[in-house]
Amino acid sequence: MTVADARLAAREITLGYGERVVSAGLNVAVPDGAFTAVVGANASGKSTLLRALVRLLRPEAGAVLLDGKDVRGYRPKAIAREIAFLPQNLLAPENIVAKRLVARGRYPHQSPLSTWSAADERAVDEAMAAAGVTDLAERPVTELSGGQRQRVWMAMVLAQQTGHLLLDEPTTFLDIAHQYQLLALLARLRDQGRTIVAVLHDINQACRYADHIVAMKDGKIAAEGPPGEVIDAALVEDVFGMPCVVVPDPVTGTPMVVPTL
Amino acid sequence: MRAYVLRFGRCSAAPERRTVITVAALTVAALALALLGLCQGATWASPAEVLRALAGQGDAVVVITEWRAPRVAAALVFGAALGLSGAVFQNLTRNPLGSPDVIGLDSGAYTGALVVITVLGGTSAQLATGSILGGLVTAAAVYVLSARGGLSGLRLIVIGIAVNAVLVALNSWIVLRAELEVAIAATAWHAGSLNGVNWEDVLLPFAVIGVLAAGAPFLAHAIQQAALGDEIAMTSGVDLPRLRLLLVLAGVTCTATVTAVAGPIAFIALSAPQIGRRLAGAPGVPLAPAALTGAVLLLAADLAAQLLLAPISLPVGVVTTVIGGCYLIWLLYREVRRA
Ligand SMILES: Nc1ncnc2c1ncn2[C@@H]1O[C@H](COP(=O)(O)OP(=O)(O)OP(=O)(O)O)[C@@H](O)[C@H]1O
Ligand SMILES: [Mg+2]
Repeated sequence: MTVADARLAAREITLGYGERVVSAGLNVAVPDGAFTAVVGANASGKSTLLRALVRLLRPEAGAVLLDGKDVRGYRPKAIAREIAFLPQNLLAPENIVAKRLVARGRYPHQSPLSTWSAADERAVDEAMAAAGVTDLAERPVTELSGGQRQRVWMAMVLAQQTGHLLLDEPTTFLDIAHQYQLLALLARLRDQGRTIVAVLHDINQACRYADHIVAMKDGKIAAEGPPGEVIDAALVEDVFGMPCVVVPDPVTGTPMVVPTL
Repeated sequence: MRAYVLRFGRCSAAPERRTVITVAALTVAALALALLGLCQGATWASPAEVLRALAGQGDAVVVITEWRAPRVAAALVFGAALGLSGAVFQNLTRNPLGSPDVIGLDSGAYTGALVVITVLGGTSAQLATGSILGGLVTAAAVYVLSARGGLSGLRLIVIGIAVNAVLVALNSWIVLRAELEVAIAATAWHAGSLNGVNWEDVLLPFAVIGVLAAGAPFLAHAIQQAALGDEIAMTSGVDLPRLRLLLVLAGVTCTATVTAVAGPIAFIALSAPQIGRRLAGAPGVPLAPAALTGAVLLLAADLAAQLLLAPISLPVGVVTTVIGGCYLIWLLYREVRRA
């Protein structure tokens, strides 16, 4: 898929913070209806790229396009009905119970005079069921464990019911079983036709669940494509600076990275 | 959710049960205090007499409806405006200390009004305009001076407190240099007083505050969403730059309108939103409980101001400063320890 025909794409974007340029002249096409995993070392610019795709960071040059139109040209609520984002660091307000927080995901579908329609109620219940947090509905979010909290936030962005879901390290804080449950949930959402982009640190999980890998190094895309085609020992050595062998995953046959340090 | 689900046509809401109960209880308290305020005065009128006078009957009609009612109404409406303004700025700065009276906006509004009085003489519309402009200029100054720290930092609060101190000094200087009559009028006004307000004084401010209060429900939804942090707020559809601009304009207008009539009344804007928030047990700083708590607080303070040294009536600002000063010390202590 190319920048011209993907629904969500970045064309020649230059990203940075003040003087510091993180990425220059980056071209990215997010494959529609697929699960894209963004991998790379710390500080390689993954969060920066995601923040630009969701309009939190304004490119110094170039543009992010949704359906061929610059995302900056959309009204905030209109774009929020298309693209949802789960940031890396989150802080819930005091005194809010889980269901109320999930309900906040409905914001772009609401107006000041209609803040709790039957459709809102349905979307929130479905999202909470999908994220496995129905039982936590009445619990104050600040009193939940890190993993429970992460899943409540996940339910919140699900309730936004967007075609695109961008997540920055959604599996941090989760125990290994919940990590795989979350990845399976993302894969199910992909099967329903949604476009998923997730920053993942576990490259084996990325290979197992993603259709498309974007490997970043120093703000540039070092390689991209289906996991079976792009992940090999040379790339991992290049991107992470870690010697390894790549063998087939005994369960799925996808590439599996085994360090040889 | 322990909530009431309300749906009517295309309108719907699910207010938290505790918020609804809090709002109802505060409304009852405000009405009860208002009745007390109408009874209380140079002579005591019984509640029955007051109600009859309000209906236009009995000998007390003029005393109740022309003398006492404007003062009670002013305390309620101005208290609500200060509470609203405080809630707006505390949401904006995400800090319980970020209220207009602490960060110098009231003093700035007062400076604007003083300039109008000394230079132009000043009709009430000019006074209101001068005070709103003074508030906006101060807000811009505080924002620019603290720009690197962002809106929600202790930096903005500390700079605001410093700006406030400078403006208080500037205000005293203007009063000292001004002619005697102006100085006397300005000083009595400075303490924040509802003594002798009549319907003519409050008509314009009531209209301005009424318009802002009517707009509040339209901003409340976005304000609530913004409490989730800048990132989630923006990616879920809040137009944050626009919201912030509207909030500054609305918040400054609210507090400056009150200042233009009654002078700076300190600490209602600081404390009412936090008391309302605690009563409602709500996330963020909700607007309705803040406004109602402000109304109750200012009316109670004004009654106390009339009763404490009766028959001499103190400026209500003196009472709110004494009570609020203690609250501010406690809050500063807690914030600084936390930071
Ligand atoms: N708000 C900011 N201001 C200035 N520089 C920043 C900011 N955020 C990130 N950077 C810098 O930009 C570069 C890329 O950071 P980014 O957060 O995109 O990395 P990342 O790939 O997401 O890393 P991680 O895996 O640690 O989350 C880093 O050098 C970082 O120091
Ligand atoms: Mg990151």
